[in-house]
Amino acid sequence: MSEKDWPLWEVFIRAKSGLAHKHAGSLHAADAQMALENARDVYTRRGEGVSLWVVPSAAITASDPEDKEAFFEPTGDKIYRHPTFYEIPEDVKNM
Amino acid sequence: MYTQGLDIKTGDTSVPLERGDGQLDRRFQAKIDADEKIEPKDWMPEGYRKTLVRQISQHAHSEVVGMLPEGNWITRAPSLRRKAALLAKIQDEAGHGLYLYSAAETLGVSRQELIDQLLAGKAKYSSIFNYPTTTWADIGAIGWLVDGAAIMNQVPLQRCSYGPYSRAMIRICKEESFHQRQGYEIMLTLCRGTAEQKRMAQDALDRWWWPSLMMFGPSDKDSEHSAQSMRWKIKRVSNDELRQKFVDVTVPQAEFLGLRVPDPDLRWNAERGHYDFGEIDWDEFKQVLMGNGPCNRERMRARRSAHDNGRWVREAALAHAEKRRARAAAAPVAEAAE
Ligand SMILES: [Fe+2]
Ligand SMILES: [Fe+2]
Repeated sequence: MSEKDWPLWEVFIRAKSGLAHKHAGSLHAADAQMALENARDVYTRRGEGVSLWVVPSAAITASDPEDKEAFFEPTGDKIYRHPTFYEIPEDVKNM
Repeated sequence: MYTQGLDIKTGDTSVPLERGDGQLDRRFQAKIDADEKIEPKDWMPEGYRKTLVRQISQHAHSEVVGMLPEGNWITRAPSLRRKAALLAKIQDEAGHGLYLYSAAETLGVSRQELIDQLLAGKAKYSSIFNYPTTTWADIGAIGWLVDGAAIMNQVPLQRCSYGPYSRAMIRICKEESFHQRQGYEIMLTLCRGTAEQKRMAQDALDRWWWPSLMMFGPSDKDSEHSAQSMRWKIKRVSNDELRQKFVDVTVPQAEFLGLRVPDPDLRWNAERGHYDFGEIDWDEFKQVLMGNGPCNRERMRARRSAHDNGRWVREAALAHAEKRRARAAAAPVAEAAE
């Protein structure tokens, strides 16, 4: 009964020009062209987008949630990267 | 609801009821208590994963099988407007099935596995789709009551602790409201029509009312996995609470139509601020869920034949993709020049 699954694709939609593409979901399709057409039919039935990307799910390299702390930790103590770190008197305007 | 099968007492012990007490379990529960979302690659207890796979796949199967009773009326819709709306609604349901299968797949099961389980009769879907659609008024009643009950259940699921499920629910809820409105509009048109049309509407309500109440699943006192699911925030509101809410909002809608809800025990209870209503026929509920409803066999037969008859399309698409890949690999220069 079991047969070969179509590969999995991740779908990204640009809602309108000026905005970045945003992940919307995923779907199975035999190739990129069919993935695009299926994505249009499933994810943009009500004018949700003006541009679509489909990416093979297998092509995505993701950071490991197990290493989340170690991976993102280096920014934790660099509070001098934020504007609030610097003390400027109230009287100084436009800064 | 669409996942009533989860709550039924089956003696199934694959999902542990007790809260785990390992350090990982405690950290996991603390995250959930703090309303943080769980994402696919995060650590999760095996019971959480299993419950979600079952819940999301049952929900997906329900969306897919749910297309059958309505599909029965596409070619016989009374006008082009109704036909276009019904087609669009059913197409949405196919999309809902896809969003949900995708969410389930993030938990490490394949789409094929889930579909095989459904076709082998090993998976459950909502009892509601095992009732026949014998008149056009049934299409009105389904949109109004069945999609109405689905919305009632799905709105709190938007806050489910599992990220992909919660996001699928948000998309789905956005699309559902048109479903309910198109159904109610059909009922309204029938109720404002001839005496015979109004009788059709009443007859549909008579047949769909109780099965719709059953959609919320067994009563809380008989709902085995509820407590754990609530703790995990996989389920946010109890079956009985949702059912009460549904009755409270739907009865006035029936009154507006001038229809009678087929429940002699139904009355407003001013003290509680809710409608009291009669006891559900739990025996019927269990029978339908176990496969002995009026249309269970027909639904499974239709799904299997759709799957079998579509096989050549799935294979041809793969073969076509393979041929294009091979051609592109053989003649990269010519391709680029085109
Ligand atoms: Fe749906
Ligand atoms: Fe719906």
